Amino acid sequence: MSVPQLLVHETRDNVGVVVIEGLKAGTEMTCVVTADNSSFNLKVNEDVPIGRKVALTDLKAGDTAIKYGEDIGRIVADVAKGGHVHVHNLKTKRW
Amino acid sequence: MASRYSNLTFKGYRRDNGRVGVRNHVVILPVDDISNAVCEAVANNIKGTLALPHAYGRLQFGPDLDLHFRTMIGTGANPNVAAVVVIGIEPGWTKRIVDGIVETGKPVAGFSIEQNGDLKTIMDASRKAKEFVHYATELQREECSISELWVSTKCGESDTTTGLGSCPTVGNMYDKLLPEGIYGCFGETSEITGAEHICKERAINPELGERWYKMWKAYQEEVIEAHKDSDLSESQPTKGNIEGGLSTIEEKALGNLEKIGRTSRYIDILEPAEAPKSGRGLYFMDSSSAAAECVTLMAAGGYVIHTFPTGQGNVIGNPIVPVIKITANPRTVRTMGEHVDVDVSGILRREMTIEQAGDALIENILRTANGRHTAAEALGHREFVMTKLYRSA
Repeated sequence: MSVPQLLVHETRDNVGVVVIEGLKAGTEMTCVVTADNSSFNLKVNEDVPIGRKVALTDLKAGDTAIKYGEDIGRIVADVAKGGHVHVHNLKTKRW
Repeated sequence: MASRYSNLTFKGYRRDNGRVGVRNHVVILPVDDISNAVCEAVANNIKGTLALPHAYGRLQFGPDLDLHFRTMIGTGANPNVAAVVVIGIEPGWTKRIVDGIVETGKPVAGFSIEQNGDLKTIMDASRKAKEFVHYATELQREECSISELWVSTKCGESDTTTGLGSCPTVGNMYDKLLPEGIYGCFGETSEITGAEHICKERAINPELGERWYKMWKAYQEEVIEAHKDSDLSESQPTKGNIEGGLSTIEEKALGNLEKIGRTSRYIDILEPAEAPKSGRGLYFMDSSSAAAECVTLMAAGGYVIHTFPTGQGNVIGNPIVPVIKITANPRTVRTMGEHVDVDVSGILRREMTIEQAGDALIENILRTANGRHTAAEALGHREFVMTKLYRSA
């Protein structure tokens, strides 16, 4: 398999992590789910730096972001499938 | 049952109390902030000694003072330390620390400054320090079973790659070596927030899980909720965490907890800087998540090697305990590779499995235990930071 651009922890996650430097908007990413080694393709909508998250599906304000198969916070602004998910649209439910 | 890890050995320093060290420091230990200058002068006079200056030790009281003494005594008692010169402003608290360390059987001597002045104290303490250097440099390493290692962990400047790579690498190491009888330790109480339901379940029994949960909740109420003026953005997660892609404390916590692997369970909870008393196994230490504070506390608890996953590149070291840096972030390997001991970035490229990464870490732990300096040691990182619980009297 080619080197993936995006890794996803669990099959039920709705965000994945960019794991290469210099990812450009429009790239058709190879995405791998580490839990079961399954793979899929997803087009990224914008330049996203290494380490940042990408939405695997359309997410709406009020939705819960799922990573590791767990709740990692609340989506606070709509983000389209393939969009950058970070502190501008995802907030903690704690503190 | 014997595994492929059972016969691994390293060459360490066996101390009189039976514990094994992987370094052989002669420490010049200040009781208090105002004794730092004398300690540094002694360390300058006598080559092969190590002063540990710090900021506290005056007018503390209650649990905060108990923690101060526990950290001082635990640091001196750590098996990586061969002998200790303790220097304080007055003899009372100096003796209390000397008496705590002497229980290990190692050479220890106390000096106090009042009624002597700096210069006489420096001369007397230097003569004793010189004796201790002669003693320590004649000690020989001997072959020890891997089961005699005490290995702690705490991650820092984490990012999304730590949860994918470097933290599971530490977890894999624990899953392999805890069954061999090592002592393990993790902590960072606030940084389990969002994964507390999982951590509670990783206790060896439900009673301990309940006790852990109460401790975690107390930290939330007494430290976080009592003092917060925001959602802690830029503190927890840190600015570096956010740059690296961690958006929330929940996300950070879930990655953090990967450090205890798949099968490991903790068998007891430690106060900060407390030494384990329940036998071989994994412990949780109630601690801050700030790197230097946390590693200093675990070193005072008796751990002799620290494994430190990082994403964005925390550069921390410790004066008495080698800190092994593990990263999976290829940008960090590229831009600050001199800080990286174990490069597991192959995990992100799917060229390296977690299983292989765990073995690479175990190999590096053994080489470090045998005497190989870590990146932090070579670069001179000696962050020794006391935890203070509240303002002094």
